[in-house]
Amino acid sequence: MLRMIAKRMLIAVPSLVGVVIVSFLLTRALPGDPAAYFAGPAATKEAIEQIRAKLGLDKPLYLQFIRYVGDLARGDLGDSLTTGQPVAHEIKTRLPASAELTLLGLIVSMAIAVPLGIVAATRPNSLVDHLCRVISTAGVSLPVFFTGLILIYVFYYLLGWAPAPLGRLDVFFSPPPHVTGFYLIDSLIAGEGEVFAASLKQLVLPALTLGIFALAPIARMTRASMLAVLASDFVRTARASGLAPLTVVVTYAFRNAMLPVVTTLGMVFSFLLGANVLVEKVFAWPGIGSFAVEALIASDFAPLQGFVLTMAVMYVALNLLIDVLYGVIDPRVRLEA
Amino acid sequence: MKRREFLKSVTALAAGSVLPAAPAVWSTAKAQSRQETLLIVSESGPNNLDIHGVGTNVPGYEVSWNCYDRLISHEMKTLPNGTQYYERDKFKLELADDMNIGDMSVTFKLKKNAVFQDGTPVTAKDVKWSLDRAVTVGGFPTFQMGAGSLTKPEQFVVVDDNTIRVDFLRKDRLTLPDLAVIVPAIYNSELVKKHASEKDPWGLEYAKQNTAGSGAYRVVSWNAGSEVILERNDKWIGGPPPKVRRIVWRMVPSAGNRRALLERGDADISYDLPNKDFVELKDSGKLAIVSTPYSNGIQYIGMNVKTPPFDNLKVRQAVAYAIPYQKIMDAVLFGLAAPMFGAAADAPTVAAWPQPHKYNTDIAKAKALLAEAGYPNGFETTLSFDLGFAGVNEPLCVLTQESLAQIGIKCTINKIPGATWRTELNKKVLPLYTNVFSGWLDYPEYFFIWCYHGKNSIFNTMSYQSKELDALIDGAVTAAAEGDKAAYEKDVKGFVDLAYADMPRIPLYQPFVNVAMQKNVSGYQYWFHRRLDYRALVKG
Repeated sequence: MLRMIAKRMLIAVPSLVGVVIVSFLLTRALPGDPAAYFAGPAATKEAIEQIRAKLGLDKPLYLQFIRYVGDLARGDLGDSLTTGQPVAHEIKTRLPASAELTLLGLIVSMAIAVPLGIVAATRPNSLVDHLCRVISTAGVSLPVFFTGLILIYVFYYLLGWAPAPLGRLDVFFSPPPHVTGFYLIDSLIAGEGEVFAASLKQLVLPALTLGIFALAPIARMTRASMLAVLASDFVRTARASGLAPLTVVVTYAFRNAMLPVVTTLGMVFSFLLGANVLVEKVFAWPGIGSFAVEALIASDFAPLQGFVLTMAVMYVALNLLIDVLYGVIDPRVRLEA
Repeated sequence: MKRREFLKSVTALAAGSVLPAAPAVWSTAKAQSRQETLLIVSESGPNNLDIHGVGTNVPGYEVSWNCYDRLISHEMKTLPNGTQYYERDKFKLELADDMNIGDMSVTFKLKKNAVFQDGTPVTAKDVKWSLDRAVTVGGFPTFQMGAGSLTKPEQFVVVDDNTIRVDFLRKDRLTLPDLAVIVPAIYNSELVKKHASEKDPWGLEYAKQNTAGSGAYRVVSWNAGSEVILERNDKWIGGPPPKVRRIVWRMVPSAGNRRALLERGDADISYDLPNKDFVELKDSGKLAIVSTPYSNGIQYIGMNVKTPPFDNLKVRQAVAYAIPYQKIMDAVLFGLAAPMFGAAADAPTVAAWPQPHKYNTDIAKAKALLAEAGYPNGFETTLSFDLGFAGVNEPLCVLTQESLAQIGIKCTINKIPGATWRTELNKKVLPLYTNVFSGWLDYPEYFFIWCYHGKNSIFNTMSYQSKELDALIDGAVTAAAEGDKAAYEKDVKGFVDLAYADMPRIPLYQPFVNVAMQKNVSGYQYWFHRRLDYRALVKG
């Protein structure tokens, strides 16, 4: 398996090189002029030129690119002008925030969608099946920012059950000492139960928002794949042998139906990272998506390039992970590239 | 990883997806800090804690204002509606203990017990270094200093450890007020120099992340894009000790959430909500709302007078008669603005700015003027606006488009993203657009130098050139410096009249700064920079 992983990593190199070049060119093709934007409300032409020279944007494009690649080789992603921080630092602190939210959203979604899909498949055209259809259609049709705002309106504004939508922690808590960057895990490591509870409370609504959005593909895929497996010979044999229905469904059928579900999970995870952008905006979540959007609005090149590159690396890693999981779940699928 | 083990663990995870209960380690220390903490929510936060930095944004100015002292500042006065408003012509000593204005220089003695936040005393050396920095680093700070004829390090002379003299380059009424804006902040020079390098002689990198002043607050934690936490500096001697111990400033991008936070009582202050929200909050009476007009600020419709058809005065007048002024006031601003139109026909011009012009919506007159100008069937053009302020700009432009269509001017609306807006303005090719300008220094001639003078600054977006107007502006500047009140008033009235006769830009209204706070928060002050001054705020 190690050989397979090494091979896959080698294949990823050209795509990463491509991403570096394309993200560089695309950001330069943006219509905005960062020098004019950052020169302030009352800048003269000379002030703008001074800032352009300071940012190194007065140099020809190929020189800028050589400098960028040189910095990249040293692990320097440049500085963000909108937040004033090094991009590498920003991504390091913001990625865990996004990842924590996305993973929790995915778990919420799985916890609802997988059982729902299984039940729907065991009783096709029953009430549960229709419910599954309605919930997943509604979930995918509602835009995330809308679901988010509705949830805030009901659970925070009207009922007062949820905490204020103010990011990862209530104002009066300080974040736990940094270990993984995941507040839930870090607070447990530090033994700060109060912080754990506070950050979990902050996570509930945004994770639910993301979860609702991701229900549809997981539930539908689980249902379809379960239907196919339940109709197969070995399930009939198992049933004929008198195994308990639960054993048949969970132990035999579900395990065999997992392959397409895992593929979907990978896909869902990646599009959740995208949907995150809006959820982060709504819940003032200091994640990587809102960072990228702010950078885009300000034509801030360095963070955009850093964001695209990080996402590319994550996609490569995710695809690799899924391929490895294939081999584990189903021995028949041994991917020798 | 074995297949069976993996499958088992997945099943176990699915089965046990109940989260572990939190260990019960509760503390009670949080309650009292809530009373001493003020929570501010706004759309965006600072990108730099140093106003001298490259591209420091407007929220960054707020940090600088509260964490650094200047030699002098302004007194406060109370407006008829009870709002505290800065007194343009009355200075208050902040770091200075004494100010002695001579003919061609001003001498400041520093407060003897003034110390920086690390405990080192504030000396004249620090003041000189800071002012040198402001006029040397380039970009916005240098430019702002120049607006008050402060351009050379030689102008700042250390007399002794405790005394600094600022020499005037020429007589300029704006020199003294310019020493009270945010830019001439006084830095702890030894501390910053310790972190300076050959490449960065002014220590911009250090000051970007750390506050190094003597001000009333210091930044204890800054998480760019999400949170700034400031704590009171108990060694501050620049004024009466502030009441609020801790300021937590959170960035909440969604306006709806900022409003919800205010209404639920979780946030204490917010000041960038849509006008509609402010009106509704005002009506609900749950919160204290303060609306104050921007000092020296106007939202306007500009026309490029260099190219046809707007090079024709009659066309510009026709447009001025076709703007739906009142509709904009009602439907876009919900009344939260001061009208800059429709002055009575016999109203005399006054020596003040901003003041309303005499145009009103009159479609028939507009049509007639357009016909006289040789465009009886109108023409086609584009109407541009900055998407960064789409909340106001978009409905404003749609209403204007509708109204102009009635006289045959067909506009295509051109939405320009915030990042590109200034670049586009700088090119000076937009035929018709809306924009807002406001100056820190509240003097009519200051506004006109930027917006109308023939030296064609970026804000003379119309490319308007008039020798006559330039002479009047220059005359007013000279008269102000010499203290010749009669000549000054004559020139100010002169340039206002001429600007309204030639109408290269059509003033619409003076926007309001709207601040919403909890009823138990008081002490809000309006400053020329329109940001919050934490030093006067009181909670409870």
